[in-house]
Amino acid sequence: MTDAAIAPLLVTEQRGTTVTTEQWPVRILLIGVAVAFLVLFLFMPLAAVFVEAFRAGIGAYFAAITEPDALAAIRLTLLVAAIAVPANVVFGLAASWAIAKFEFTGKSVLNTLIDLPFSVSPVISGLIYVLLFGGQGYFGAFLHSENIQIIFALPGIVLATIFVTFPFVARELVPLMQEQGTQDEEAALSLGASGWKTFFKVTLPNIRWALLYGVVLCNARAMGEFGAVSVVSGHIRGKTNTMPLHVEILYNEYNFAAAFAVASLLALLALVTLVIKVALEWRYADQIAASRRH
Amino acid sequence: MDARVLNEVNYPAAGDRGGTPAQWVRTVDVSAENVVRIFGTTPALHGVSLDIGAGELVALLGPSGSGKTTLLRILAGLDVPTSGRVLFDGEDALKLTVQERNVGLVFQNYALFRHMTVLENIGFGLRVRPRIRRPSRREIRRRALELLDFVQLTGLEKRYPSQLSGGQRQRVAFARALAIEPRLLLLDEPFGALDAKVRRELRRWLLEIHTKTGHTTVFVTHDQEEALELADRVVVMSEGRIEQIGTPDEIYDKPNSPFVYSFIGESSVLPVRVEQGKVWLDEHPLDLAAGAVPSGPARLFFRPHDVEVGNDLPGAIPGVVQGLRRHGGARRVDLEVGGRGDRVEIELPADYSLNLSGRVAVLPRRYRLYPATTQTNLS
Repeated sequence: MTDAAIAPLLVTEQRGTTVTTEQWPVRILLIGVAVAFLVLFLFMPLAAVFVEAFRAGIGAYFAAITEPDALAAIRLTLLVAAIAVPANVVFGLAASWAIAKFEFTGKSVLNTLIDLPFSVSPVISGLIYVLLFGGQGYFGAFLHSENIQIIFALPGIVLATIFVTFPFVARELVPLMQEQGTQDEEAALSLGASGWKTFFKVTLPNIRWALLYGVVLCNARAMGEFGAVSVVSGHIRGKTNTMPLHVEILYNEYNFAAAFAVASLLALLALVTLVIKVALEWRYADQIAASRRH
Repeated sequence: MDARVLNEVNYPAAGDRGGTPAQWVRTVDVSAENVVRIFGTTPALHGVSLDIGAGELVALLGPSGSGKTTLLRILAGLDVPTSGRVLFDGEDALKLTVQERNVGLVFQNYALFRHMTVLENIGFGLRVRPRIRRPSRREIRRRALELLDFVQLTGLEKRYPSQLSGGQRQRVAFARALAIEPRLLLLDEPFGALDAKVRRELRRWLLEIHTKTGHTTVFVTHDQEEALELADRVVVMSEGRIEQIGTPDEIYDKPNSPFVYSFIGESSVLPVRVEQGKVWLDEHPLDLAAGAVPSGPARLFFRPHDVEVGNDLPGAIPGVVQGLRRHGGARRVDLEVGGRGDRVEIELPADYSLNLSGRVAVLPRRYRLYPATTQTNLS
C-alpha cells in the first residue's frame, strides 16, 4: 500500500521524458479512462446518496436518523461491531502468530481456510448458522429446550458478522509476521523478557500499523455487512435490524428520503474509514516502511 | 578475568554496584556432552562434545548445514537437544530457560527492535526484569549510555535502528547483549551481513571487546579467515559432527582430515599410491615419506604456496603448465599431472619464467597424506 502511494510522487518528480514515460496523448487517455470510471462508479453514486438523503430537507434528515427504529438499528450495528471486531483481533493475532512463527501440520489448511469467507457467498455464511442453530437446525431442539435464542437475535447476527469479517485482520498480519520472522522475539527472550512482555513490547509494536489497518477494514465491513446478517436477523424492527437492513426495509416501503438518510451514515462511515486509512499511511509511512523492511 | 583490566576501561562501573569486578563478569565455562539434535527424521547434530574454558573465544566454523548454528542455538536455550547434556560451570544448563541462562546473543541481522531508539534497545534487557531485580529508570539510562559509549556510538542514543549503518547496528546489538551482564556471549555470524571493510574493522573491535570484558564467547561463522584471525580455538564442523578442534595454527598446519584440509585455506589434491613406505604417482616414486599411512591408494594434500619447483628435482611431481594467472604478488599455475589428467594448482613468484605447455616439476615442501578410503565431505 505504501509503494502505491509513493509511485505517483516519483513520476511527477522526474519531469522530463524518460524511457518509461508515455507520450502525452497516451497519458491523457489513461488518466481520462481512470477518472471517468471513478466518477461513474464511485463519485456519482456517493453524491446521489447524499443528495437523496437531504432531498426532503435537513429536518426530515434528522427526523429519519433519530427515529426510534433507526436509533435501535444504529445501536445494534455499533454493538455488533464492538463484539465482532475485538473477537477478530484476537482470532487474527492467534492465527497469524501460529502461521508465521512456528511449524505445525495443517498449517497450509489453516492458511487457506482463513480466506474462506471471501470466497463464500455471504448468504451461505448466514444460512449455515440457520442450519446449525435455527428451529429446524442441528442444535435447534436443544437450544429451544434451554431457552437460548441464537437465530433472529443478537448472537446470530454477531456470529454471522464474525464469520464474514474474520479474514481482514489475519490477512493483514500473516504476510507481515512471516516476513519479520522470529528473531526479534528470540532476542527479547534471550534478554530475559517473559513471553507476555515479549508479545506486548516487541511483537505487538512490530505489527501495530498493520493491525490497526486490519481493524479499520474489519470494522467497516462489520458495520456494512448485509447478506449474512440479513439471513440470520429476522428483520424485527427496533430489535434485530442493523443499519444496512434498516435501509433495505425503508427502501422497500418507498420511504426513500429516510432510507438514504440512514444510508448516508453508512457512506459517511466508509469515508471516515478512507480518511483514517490515508491518514495512517501518510503519518506513519516511514514507520510502516520500516516495519516492513528494516 | 583480571580486575585491573576492567577498572582501566571503567566498564561497566563496577564500584557503583557495590560488588567486586569479578562478580559481574560471572563468565562460565561451557561443556556440551554428546549433544544430538534431530529435526523430524533429519539429524542436525550427531553427538557433539565440546569443552570451552571460561573467558575463551571460540569459533564454530563450517559450511552451511554443518550444524554450527544449531549447536549455538542449543547453547543459547533457543533449541533443545534430542539427547545429550549442556553444562555451564558444571551445572545442567538444559534445566534453565532461555531467560534464566543469561546469555548475550547477537544475530547476523542484529534483530534490533525497530520501534525503539538505540538507547531503548540497549536498556531493554534491564527494563524487562522482574521488579525486584530491575534497576531504577535513571540507573538503566545511565548504564545504557555507558554501554553506548563503550561501543563508541556516543551521541546516537536517539536514533532508530533504521537510521544506522550496518556496522553501527551491530555495535548496538553488542551493547544490548552486554547490558544484561551475560555469563556467555553467543554470536551468530556476527559480521555476515556487512561489507568486507566494515567486517575487518569490527573484527578488530570484537577482539578488543573480548580482551576488555573477558566473556566466554562462542561465534558461528562460515568464514575461515574470520575464525582463524579471531578465535583462541576453532571448532571445525561438517554434517553435524566436529571434525577438529584446535588453535588456528593447529587447524591450519595440522588438519586431521581431508575435509579440514580442503575446507581451511587453499589446497591441491592428488590421488597417489602408497607402497613399501613410499609414495607413488603412477609408476613414479616421489621423494615424500608415507609415514603411518598404510599401503594402498591415498590422497596427497598440499598448499599451493608450499612447493619447491625445478626441473632437476629428484622424486618431484612432473607436470605440464595448463594455465597461468596473476594472483596478487604471485603467479598461480595450473599443472596437469600424471597419466589421468589430474590437475593441481601451485603458486610461484611472479617473475618465475614459465610458458604454457612448458614442463615443470613440483615437490611439496609440506603436505599431508590421507588414505583414499577416508570420507571427504567436500566432493
